[in-house]
Amino acid sequence: MSMLRLAPNARHRVELNVNGAARCGFAEPRLLLCDFLRHELQAYGVHVGCEHGVCGACTILWNGEPVRSCLLFAVQANGAELKTVEGIAPNATELHPLQEKFWELHGLQCGFCTPGILLTAEALLKEIPNPSEEEVREWLSGNLCRCTGYQNIVTAIQEAAKTLSERRT
Amino acid sequence: MKPVAFEYCRPETVFEAAGVLGQCREDAAVLAGGMTLGPMLNLRIMRPRVVIDVTRIRGLDLIDVRGDAVATGATLVQADAFRSDMLRREVPLLALALPWVGHFQTRNRGTLGGSVAHADPSAEIPLCLVVGDGAVVLRSKRRERRVRAREFFLGALTTARRPDELVVAIEWQRAAPDAGHAFEEIAQRHGDFAIAAAACQIRIDDSGRIAALALGLGGVENRPVAVETSGFLGRAADEDTTAEIAEHAVQSVVAMEDHVADARFRLALSRELIRRVMPRAIGDARLRRERLQ
Repeated sequence: MSMLRLAPNARHRVELNVNGAARCGFAEPRLLLCDFLRHELQAYGVHVGCEHGVCGACTILWNGEPVRSCLLFAVQANGAELKTVEGIAPNATELHPLQEKFWELHGLQCGFCTPGILLTAEALLKEIPNPSEEEVREWLSGNLCRCTGYQNIVTAIQEAAKTLSERRT
Repeated sequence: MKPVAFEYCRPETVFEAAGVLGQCREDAAVLAGGMTLGPMLNLRIMRPRVVIDVTRIRGLDLIDVRGDAVATGATLVQADAFRSDMLRREVPLLALALPWVGHFQTRNRGTLGGSVAHADPSAEIPLCLVVGDGAVVLRSKRRERRVRAREFFLGALTTARRPDELVVAIEWQRAAPDAGHAFEEIAQRHGDFAIAAAACQIRIDDSGRIAALALGLGGVENRPVAVETSGFLGRAADEDTTAEIAEHAVQSVVAMEDHVADARFRLALSRELIRRVMPRAIGDARLRRERLQ
């Protein structure tokens, strides 16, 4: 087997699964995954903030785990299964309980950080279905929000956890 | 910002990786999790001609016991290391430090080898490796060599790794079953670079005296440092000794100054951190001794 070598300044085919659908696009080796998702696959819910892994706005789920898409290259994502904020609602007319609670409880103002926070929170609730305030804050430490002061985000996540566990019973 | 244009190489074996690295040397950057290389590329602090992605090399993320040491493969992801019961048992200091490394989102990709190869002065994993007196395994096309952690970290982002060498594994000494551990750091936000960090590993004898002690500071000098503590062996493991050790430690280091903290503040934090980690490590050691008896 020979080693994969992708030339600079050339576009290479990338095939992956985004929000349950098989997708493909083209990327130069240096194209960041966040930019690929936005500009090649029109997933504009992927927000690009600091571009060096500090703010968390570009957080997506990679095989179910929250990761920073500004620190990954599109060519690395060949074969990966990704989820962006576009994929968290069950259908086109219903919202995910997290989205409902963020709306209801003022968990966002400008909304720039929200996609990254929703995906982090979704992964959190899968791992810890009823997180304590401290656990929510610990998970959120990788996402910056300059509007809300976090209080309402924490409350919204905990309320969404309640809705989800009520649905399960 | 966006990275410069580069060629992307994805070797399947260590041999292939070492081959490309041997050809490209300083022009190549090795990509594992990308959690530190990513920012360096995006900010164009690094402008490599070739990026060598080692994450698809099979077997490079394994954990295995080699006599008195546990070897963790270079691409072992931090989140997976944290989930490993074996590492928690054999290298408790690492398990205590990992929750301080970056954020959930970065620990899901960031690797042990990447952190060690990058050698940020405030990074937690290199500090644990220095305190535990571990080693780094390097491989070039021609040979493999081991470098003691205490000789590997030379300065900020500077290590003993030669341009044609790949970090392939980290070797951790297995902790004695009665050794107590503690880790703590202070940063502006949890998960940010530590302004100062302290790690401690200690053993207590039957009469409550210090039988073995390793203490280290991160983020204070331009590399993780192990404080020379042999003079305190045989002393009572108590508050007075802790205070003396903290004083001795801050006098033995030369603290960095940067936009976040001046040297005096770093030393004040170091003193405080040692006063916090030592009693906790002593308590842990006592508990472990009780359980063993």
